[in-house]
Amino acid sequence: MKRKILSIFILLVAFGITTATAQTGDVLIKNGTVITITDGTLENTDVLVRDGKISRIGKNLNAPRGVEEIDATGKFVMPGIIDAHSHIAGTSINEGTSQVTAEVSMEDVVDPMDVSIYRALAGGVTSIHLMHGSANVIGGQNETLKLRYGSTNPDDLRFEGAPRTIKFALGENPTRGGRARGIQPQSRMGVEAMIRNSLNDALMYKKAWDEYRSQRNDRKTPPEYDLRMETLVDILEGEILVHCHSYRADEIYMLMKVFNDFGIEKLTFQHANEAYKVAPELAEFGAYASIFSDWWAYKLEVYYSTAYNAAILTKNGVNTSINSDSGELIRHLYHEAAKSQKYGQLSDNDALALITINPAIQLGIDDRVGSIEEGKDADLAIYEGHPLSVYTVPLMTFVDGVKYFDRATDAKDQRLYIDPESNIQDIQILDAHDHHLCMKDAEVMDFNSLFNNK
Amino acid sequence: MKKRILKLLVFSFIPVLVFGQIQEDPRKARTAKFALTNAKIYTVTNGIIENGTIVINNGIIEAVGADVAIPNDAEVINYEGREIYPGMIDSGTQLGLAEIGSIDEANDFREFGDITPQMEALTAVNPNSEAIPVTRVSGVTTALTMPRGGVLPGTAATINLFGYTPDQMFAGSKGIVMTYPTAQRRWRQTQEQADRAKERALETVNDAWDKAEVYTSIKNSPDARYYPEMQALSEVIEGNMTLYIEVNTAPDILSAIEWVEERGYENVVFTGVAEGWRVAEQIAESGIPVIAGPVLSTPTRQSDAYDAAYMNPGVMQKAGVKVALRSGDTENSRNLPYNAGFAATYGMGREEALKAITINAAEIMGIGDQIGSIEVGKKANLFVSTGDPFETSTQIVDVYIDGYLIPMRSRQTDLYDEFLNRTPGLNKTEVITDM
Repeated sequence: MKRKILSIFILLVAFGITTATAQTGDVLIKNGTVITITDGTLENTDVLVRDGKISRIGKNLNAPRGVEEIDATGKFVMPGIIDAHSHIAGTSINEGTSQVTAEVSMEDVVDPMDVSIYRALAGGVTSIHLMHGSANVIGGQNETLKLRYGSTNPDDLRFEGAPRTIKFALGENPTRGGRARGIQPQSRMGVEAMIRNSLNDALMYKKAWDEYRSQRNDRKTPPEYDLRMETLVDILEGEILVHCHSYRADEIYMLMKVFNDFGIEKLTFQHANEAYKVAPELAEFGAYASIFSDWWAYKLEVYYSTAYNAAILTKNGVNTSINSDSGELIRHLYHEAAKSQKYGQLSDNDALALITINPAIQLGIDDRVGSIEEGKDADLAIYEGHPLSVYTVPLMTFVDGVKYFDRATDAKDQRLYIDPESNIQDIQILDAHDHHLCMKDAEVMDFNSLFNNK
Repeated sequence: MKKRILKLLVFSFIPVLVFGQIQEDPRKARTAKFALTNAKIYTVTNGIIENGTIVINNGIIEAVGADVAIPNDAEVINYEGREIYPGMIDSGTQLGLAEIGSIDEANDFREFGDITPQMEALTAVNPNSEAIPVTRVSGVTTALTMPRGGVLPGTAATINLFGYTPDQMFAGSKGIVMTYPTAQRRWRQTQEQADRAKERALETVNDAWDKAEVYTSIKNSPDARYYPEMQALSEVIEGNMTLYIEVNTAPDILSAIEWVEERGYENVVFTGVAEGWRVAEQIAESGIPVIAGPVLSTPTRQSDAYDAAYMNPGVMQKAGVKVALRSGDTENSRNLPYNAGFAATYGMGREEALKAITINAAEIMGIGDQIGSIEVGKKANLFVSTGDPFETSTQIVDVYIDGYLIPMRSRQTDLYDEFLNRTPGLNKTEVITDM
């Protein structure tokens, strides 16, 4: 009997470990300059967090019993930054075995212990869009995460309730893959054809299943179940948001035409270095753009870029975000957003929207995060100095009201067990171009030599 | 009647405007005797002049100060409310050598072979590279452009970012580039294997330098054969040229300090120096100056503090090392002031960070008497801004290189002008009904 109780106990403990248990916290942030993004900037204002949610924003709020109080006098309180294009915390990035791999998902490759998560938190980032790579035309599904660092359970990082998203890719990356293997696509014509063919296949698949389901005939055999086609059908039905790797204006324009034909509405162009050239068309379609602040010239399709992209898009009414696609840039997205003031003189609020509410809208999580509003998740960051200033220092970062980064208690050595004699760590010296991760793992396709550039 | 007068006025002005445009082609730089007045001048070497004047004549700063007599024949440009700084110097780029990253044909910084110190970066600098105007309109006027690749990949050159031939751009300093052999473990390598690999590489390096020393001792004899590799290295041995040693990990830095001391070469500079903060005292003691960066970089080890790379220049500078900064970039060399800004924020302070991208850089390259500060007799390399150039929102108003007033445009600004309000917009055949 005792044994039975013990084994039940062990089972319960084990169950407790493997089940995701997202922590929530309570905190009162006093007397800060609160940059709400959606409702102006409030001086000397308090933000009260209860059970992971922003419960009140106002002046002279009192901390309920047992709630920690943080003095933010002279400091800036901002919504946590959202990176709409990231590959940190992913153990693999590209499933390159086919030009269409809609069936795979990044949710299966989340590494909760990647130190890049902590470094991103140290830059005020609270959510990321962990994306599949760009080696194929229709890549895998992405995963939206909250940076709840410290858990060993990947599921703890999932942004529960976030819409599903998927990666598409146009231009040089997928055509290089096609050329290397002697298959379609080897040109931007082939990319369009492959997308149209895939979506048509999905329509046929759906038709077959709809017919099968409409007939109440027990003896009829069902059509073959195909997870890839299931995913594509979900795209057609608007259940999955498409985030498409793209650079040139012509390919951006092409995909909007294709999606118009298939009635797909939810579309964000990732990178989109030439989105500025078709800004009126993007605004008309209602498509979004998630871009770099200033990266260009690392390949031909980004040679005709301009760092004024964010300003042109914003001023033409296109919802625009600035992303990192890099374990380095993600640490200072506030600075990347500030570059929209150098290049195009966006207002403070427009510049900060590029890394908060705009990416939240693009990921379909703007009802939860992206601004400081009562009822929203308490994903917050506190800065010494205005976050758009180069002299700003991120001090604290909260996810669901739980503090995951505090500069005051940040350890100079991040090892859990420190052996001063040990020198087993790899030392990585990266140059400015090594951070581009979109084509990571593409070598599994065995055309190594074609990707040796980056 | 009034309307007619107005029309008359308008028409009489139009030819003047048109004439003005012909006179000053906005695509061309121009030079004159300039007097830049009423600006706050950051000289870097002689403090700040709150309301000063700079006179530029024949490409050289002729006068600078609060009470400068403006020459009668000078073109006066009033910079009231503006700040003037010496042009920023990026001490590590491939500007002019690299055009499009992924296309081999567009990259000229890597030559075949391991020991090719005679390969001249200056030869391959494309004065019309798109990245050059993109960089200079951000206030970066000068760059060290370096070959990369093997152990001794070539000869770097300092260039001013304006000119139509490499010689018009040359800023008067060259240096041999060396990649210090590293004991950094590669994938599946044990530390012993890595150490052995480093030893072997070091043997190759030492072999080359040993030969170069012999060559140097006999090169003036009538029978000496011309040996370009050795000739290039002999310039370092004779102290005529700087030796830039790219070295990053702490153990490698210590090893490189020892190597330099054993060799006894004089003008040595360490570049990269990502883990300099771990051995800052030893670098300071060696007296070897460093070109550090990029500052906007991830820590080199998983366990390092997240801000290790931001702190690195400040730690070294405080230990007494002479520090210059580099972007380590080419097309985005324009981010040099932000690399300096982060270094300033994380320990270095604004004043030292400004020196690190102006006078320190110039002095490390051996041209501190020509550029790097706003002083009489120096080249007129400077820029005018709306404020602190490290601050992201600051606009660069004007740039002068070798006394030329540079057009404040690049392909990136041209694209902005063309596409901000594109014509036609959505509809090409929209009927215009209203003015």
